[in-house]
Amino acid sequence: MSTVLILGATSDIGMALAKKFASQKFDVQLAARRPELLEPLQSDISIRYGITSTLHAFDALKYGEHASFFNSLSPCPDVTVSVFGILDEEDLAFDDWFVAERMINTNYSGAVSILNQVARSYISRQRGTIIGISSVAGDRGRASKLIYASSKAGFTAYLAGLRNKCFKENVHVMTVQPGFVYTKMTENLSLPRPITSTPEEVAGIIYKAYQKKKNVVYVKWFWRYIMLIIKNIPEFQFKKMKL
Amino acid sequence: MKKRIANWGNYPVVESNEETFSFPDQLNQLLDEQTAFIPRGNGRCYGDASLAPRTISTLKYNKILSFDISTGIFECQSGLTLDQILEVIVPKGWFLPVTPGTKFITVGGAVASDVHGKNHHIDGSFSNHILEMDIVLDSKASITCSPQSNQDLFEATCGGMGLTGVITKVKFKLKKIETSFIRQKQTKAANLEQLIQLFDAHQHFTYSVAWIDCLKKGAHFGRSILMLGEHAHLTDLNERQRRNPLQLPRRKQINFPFNLPSWVLNETTVKAFNYLFYAKNFKKEINTVVSYEPFFYPLDAILHWNRGYGKKGFVQYQFVLPLEAKQGLIEILSRISDKGLGSFLAVLKVFGKQESIISFPKEGYTLALDFPVKPGLLEFLDELDQIVLHCGGRLYMSKDARMKPEVLQSGYPDLGKFKDIVRKYNPEGRIHSLQSDRLFLTSN
Repeated sequence: MSTVLILGATSDIGMALAKKFASQKFDVQLAARRPELLEPLQSDISIRYGITSTLHAFDALKYGEHASFFNSLSPCPDVTVSVFGILDEEDLAFDDWFVAERMINTNYSGAVSILNQVARSYISRQRGTIIGISSVAGDRGRASKLIYASSKAGFTAYLAGLRNKCFKENVHVMTVQPGFVYTKMTENLSLPRPITSTPEEVAGIIYKAYQKKKNVVYVKWFWRYIMLIIKNIPEFQFKKMKL
Repeated sequence: MKKRIANWGNYPVVESNEETFSFPDQLNQLLDEQTAFIPRGNGRCYGDASLAPRTISTLKYNKILSFDISTGIFECQSGLTLDQILEVIVPKGWFLPVTPGTKFITVGGAVASDVHGKNHHIDGSFSNHILEMDIVLDSKASITCSPQSNQDLFEATCGGMGLTGVITKVKFKLKKIETSFIRQKQTKAANLEQLIQLFDAHQHFTYSVAWIDCLKKGAHFGRSILMLGEHAHLTDLNERQRRNPLQLPRRKQINFPFNLPSWVLNETTVKAFNYLFYAKNFKKEINTVVSYEPFFYPLDAILHWNRGYGKKGFVQYQFVLPLEAKQGLIEILSRISDKGLGSFLAVLKVFGKQESIISFPKEGYTLALDFPVKPGLLEFLDELDQIVLHCGGRLYMSKDARMKPEVLQSGYPDLGKFKDIVRKYNPEGRIHSLQSDRLFLTSN
């Protein structure tokens, strides 16, 4: 039986991924800053799918503890999914460095710190899969997502580099670029229904892409083309737009 | 996020700010805002209960907390739907103790409406099987209640339409089954008199319900099909079924992709439908062994079947009359057939005894009908209300979108007691719905 580690399991996509992997008979290690919140999810997937699920305390901002956290996992997970991330009020983040720094440190530095750890371990074992959930926002910086988009851009670049580094070591790295998703993070935004996914759809697409060993997957697929257009708008035009 | 929501009848439609929570502290944050709201599950009640300018949805609070396979005790968060429960419990030899005609309702909704099923005369309503549950009040306090402790809160929550607080956790007892199949008997009755005799003759059956053609007049007034069922034993199954006696039904769902124009349902088409429905049972009595799905949830196979009634929506009308008021039943059915308002099939069932303060079921005949919304309907239903009250009956709040406060008041003698309990636990009075405002349940 294979084991998956979900970093950031209290997020809506994290919970949906836990269910999806459990339904495919994976044992599931649920990691979050407040693991006690995950007891209901733990019982739920264990009862539904007859798998083993464990809870682990993990704080993306406590870089110093990442090594001991990962080394304490037993068994070492075959698949690690990094799905944690925060989206704060951008105006607030622009004015208050504390808010901006927390966003950068969670979405970028924290992710790099733990995934370096995971990748080292996978390289030494010569197997394993790392799945990083980034965002289409990282494909091009813009005013309304100033800090968030740049932190995700960094994370996307990191995942691409890590994929390159790990390829010859038989370790696969997959980048996931979700577009709009109905989650707690976006509950107060009014999202256009036809291009917005549910966490369950996202989890299903990620699982399929994992099986096919995809490199970069957009959720849903048309976001690849939406972002292609956005990336190709000339800068002299782009800077004048309200995005 | 603001959106337009409606319950299953698509009437009324309102603008609502729907908020969700996955964890207790997220619910607390929502309650901290101190603005009025109504808890909401899957929106499968028919009328205006669970509608308000602000709704707190339990749909993300949907985890299974425990399931003891040896005792059948099941505990879950309130946003879990019955269809998901069935997928887990049926293969282990357990079934829902009580289930309504759709499995797409949440457990919280089952409690708030205190739903009943085809087995009410034997097993009572959903609340009879609850061991304990947690209610979060508008003060954020979480209270565990059961038939033994905080009994008043328990009684007012069962059938209380969500007005006592957010039901967050429910522990209840399942029913043991040997197979997932139902031994079904369908018997035709040529008229209402015959049907009532058949009900009496078959009262030992665990499940019973009748579909009545309510447009028939004269000698065939009330012609109907009585459907009876028992959980099948292993010995009832054929060889193919016996290979996997606890199998889940195969999913065969079709979708109703758009609203039918409202004129499609008229007296002629409904008559034709009812004729076919009655005529498809060629023999007077049919005995079969079927999966539980078509027996309990025939309409769940058509997703969005409510769109068949068109954009204007429909109103469900369900009442119960005491056993001795058979005459009232006849009077109501004849009014409907005279009016030709195009109710598809009416569903008749005999309730057993039940003690409760706000739950709908009580001993007698209960009839449920659908009416497409059209001019004159509301006035007509007001007339029917008078017959129901005159006979000492009452209406089901989960189906209601239009009754007048006096009708509720006279149907539920313990209404005052219910309101007192709601006020005791929620003195701030922040929990109300369009329905409770309409019926003055929550005004002081």
